[in-house]
Amino acid sequence: MSGSLQLEVSDLRVQIAGHQGVVRPIDGVSLEIAPGEAVGLVGESGSGKSMTLKSILGLLPPDAKVTSGSVVFDGTDLTRLSHSRLNKIRGRRIAMIFQEPMSALNPVMRVGNQIAEGPRVHLGMSRAQSVERAMDLMRRVGIPEPERRFRAFPHEFSGGMRQRVMIAMALSCDPELILCDEPTTALDVTIQDQILRLLAQLCHESGTSLMFVTHDLPVVAQVCHKVAVMYAGRIVERGTVSEVFSQPLHPYTLDLLRSAPDIDHPGQSLVPIPGSPPSLTNPPSGCRFHPRCQFAEDDCKVSDPPLRLLEGGRATACLHYERCLDQIGADS
Amino acid sequence: MSAVSADPAPAPAPVPPPAVTRVRARRARWYRQPTLMTGLVLLAVIVFMCYGASLLTSFNPDTQNLEQPLLGLGQAGHLLGTDQEGRDTWARLLYGGQVDLRVAFIAVILPFILGTILGSLAGYFGGWADTVIMRIIDIVVAFPFFVLVIALVFVLGTGEKSIYIAITAIGWVSYARITRGEITVAKRQEYVLAAQSGGLSSLRIIGRHLLPNVVTQSIVYAMSDIVQDIIAIVTLSYLGLGIQPPTPDWGTMISAGQNFLTTQWQLTTIPGIAVVITGLALSLIGDGLADLLRTGGS
Repeated sequence: MSGSLQLEVSDLRVQIAGHQGVVRPIDGVSLEIAPGEAVGLVGESGSGKSMTLKSILGLLPPDAKVTSGSVVFDGTDLTRLSHSRLNKIRGRRIAMIFQEPMSALNPVMRVGNQIAEGPRVHLGMSRAQSVERAMDLMRRVGIPEPERRFRAFPHEFSGGMRQRVMIAMALSCDPELILCDEPTTALDVTIQDQILRLLAQLCHESGTSLMFVTHDLPVVAQVCHKVAVMYAGRIVERGTVSEVFSQPLHPYTLDLLRSAPDIDHPGQSLVPIPGSPPSLTNPPSGCRFHPRCQFAEDDCKVSDPPLRLLEGGRATACLHYERCLDQIGADS
Repeated sequence: MSAVSADPAPAPAPVPPPAVTRVRARRARWYRQPTLMTGLVLLAVIVFMCYGASLLTSFNPDTQNLEQPLLGLGQAGHLLGTDQEGRDTWARLLYGGQVDLRVAFIAVILPFILGTILGSLAGYFGGWADTVIMRIIDIVVAFPFFVLVIALVFVLGTGEKSIYIAITAIGWVSYARITRGEITVAKRQEYVLAAQSGGLSSLRIIGRHLLPNVVTQSIVYAMSDIVQDIIAIVTLSYLGLGIQPPTPDWGTMISAGQNFLTTQWQLTTIPGIAVVITGLALSLIGDGLADLLRTGGS
């Protein structure tokens, strides 16, 4: 399996030099995606999930720097590529979908031209060919009357339609991997469902892998095969969606699941996670979750647990992960 | 009781307006902007009069008639009289306007292009390019516009080409500043990040994505800049540094006529009024455009 990895992020660290000292929004993240796989990256706001996504394509803000680690895509380390070589991968082989379809579309450019731009730049298509392709893509993502809609501007579209345009743009050069940065957060629930189905279906048809950043757990369950949970710039747990959601092996995942409503158990009371996410300038000693953890012991305050691989392909960064299993047993 | 209430036909269900009407409404608003409209009409009249000069006068602006110098208004078929060399003032006013409008237009386009290019590079890339360009701008801005233009034209030699070079070399700084400021803000927008994630080159992002979003500010400024340029051109010609005689132009007409101000006031005053009206028309367009884009922009 490990030989056929499409994207492998190893021990990625990013730091931002700020006024109040150095911030480390990503502090040793390791992730892998196999071809055709959909991986979810979940966590609270500020846990570094969007930042991880942006650092894969080298889209970090100017004051942020990758200090160590690598992002290996098809044998090349993207963090070391020159701007022009990276541009041959961006949009062509790895595409990205953004959270706000309104602000991520150019307000003064016709949507058809925005979709057609990628094929013209990357696939060397003529104007007529790229227009043809854009119409075809618009049809595939379910935009009615592409001949008429081609000339529309983004403000004439609804939120869901705009996100369909974004998906069409992402698919326009048949990428091998699509990175999604909370693509449905700005949409209402029914539209969200449509968009997720569409995305999952199109990726399945073309064998495109998907990396899905969200704070919405049901969304991960709907779209992804695997999930990685992020907390304070680190991955704390990794595994398949069904395993992680039914048997979390990190107290943070457990708390996250218990703080979200579950349609199968209506009436179950929601348990909020006490405290707030730690400061990234001065993270807590030992395990970063220990000040908020219900199972924290003295050793959690001292030793900083790495992400340990367990049998069955799962991984956790908790010293006392058995307690989670005990807790689940006690709950049910 | 009324006929309306007795009408059995149900009122047609309100049809939601299609998205197109909003766009059309915005496009339709420009002619309801009185400032803009006045300016446009005024400018259209001026342009028509200057470029349709052959329809409005049968006199050649350069033909001298030394037997009839300094005629008054309406004398011997000359609507605005003649100058000291017997040339028809009305013809010279119209043909002179052609020259001044053309020179002003070119003298506003060139700095617009140069300033927009340099400003967008400085704004998008930042770093040393930004520092160098901004320092040059600071130096140019430190001098008064007219002083620098006159000095440059004086060095380069008189004539149209010198005017273009001088005004471009100095006028670009305003466009560069405006564009740089707008791009510095606009490049943080998510659509720029999206374009970067799509693997587009920096020049393509600037040209196709950023500039169409920010260029309106420069266009509005250009409308007030062209007024300044017309005045600069007329001033230069008045000082003998601009358009060279016998080519008619408002500046040379004003300066040539001032010797006869006590007897033939119209020789100086009428081209002066022409400058004022043209400036007014362009200013009105600039103001109207600014209002329109301010309220129209989200």
